[in-house]
Amino acid sequence: MAMSREAVFEKVKEVLVDALGVDDDEIKEEATLTGDLGAESIDFLDIVFRLEKTFSIKIPRGELFPDDILNNAEYVEGGKMTAKGLTTLKAAMPHADFSDFEKDPDVSKMPNLFTVKTIVNYVTTKMA
Amino acid sequence: MRWIWIDKFVEFESGVRAAAIKNVSLAEEHLHDHFPAYQVMPASLIVEGMAQTAGILVGEARGFKEKVILAKVKRARLEREVRPGEQLRYEATIEQVSAEAASTVGRVFCEGKPIGEIDIVFSHIDNNLSGLEFPEENFVFTEEFKSLLRTYNVSGRGT
Repeated sequence: MAMSREAVFEKVKEVLVDALGVDDDEIKEEATLTGDLGAESIDFLDIVFRLEKTFSIKIPRGELFPDDILNNAEYVEGGKMTAKGLTTLKAAMPHADFSDFEKDPDVSKMPNLFTVKTIVNYVTTKMA
Repeated sequence: MRWIWIDKFVEFESGVRAAAIKNVSLAEEHLHDHFPAYQVMPASLIVEGMAQTAGILVGEARGFKEKVILAKVKRARLEREVRPGEQLRYEATIEQVSAEAASTVGRVFCEGKPIGEIDIVFSHIDNNLSGLEFPEENFVFTEEFKSLLRTYNVSGRGT
């Protein structure tokens, strides 16, 4: 069933408030999950389960958070993601906004790719 | 002290739900420190009891092949304290399960009355935490835990 982006955002907001114990006014499109909202790696498992339940969708492993690419040492050189890695990651994450990361693909900044918007984009596409 | 916080399973539906009971007794030494003049079962150990009930349920669902570790207590709410002489009942239901994790919802009863809810996310750690390796032996489901299930005679799986 298709849902408007706004409707998806509202439900994603509820999911994140419940999963991370944050206030709903902290949930903005640009907020990063780990940096701004304090998510830990274990919260990602919880978030995936909650999204599946809330939206009645199935999220295959690595589709929303492609950890196999993110943790692949082959794609890192001198603390930066290689061009090949970036191409692979972009293909795997069409729902993420790479405009900042592309300018400085420092692996320590990788968590910033995971924003509220990333999740909303993913779910909206999935529901379309 | 052996780290087992349930006494036995009283219901077990493989891959679906389980119920276990725990009799709280003044023979448990820790109760005399918690508190000397007024003994109360620590709420953290009630959470542990639910984690063991739900964790064994999740582990059994995959033939105890996965190392099932408590990742996150999603929610824990207890309405009242639990005292020596009372019986707790933990009811856990698998809500979702995937290759890398499982989530359970649980209800806690004391003396037959509902007193709270404890919902948990478990990680199958061999399928998470990329790059980290864990010992091959399943250090989570030791014989002690499996023997709990044998007493219930749950298993056509020969565990």
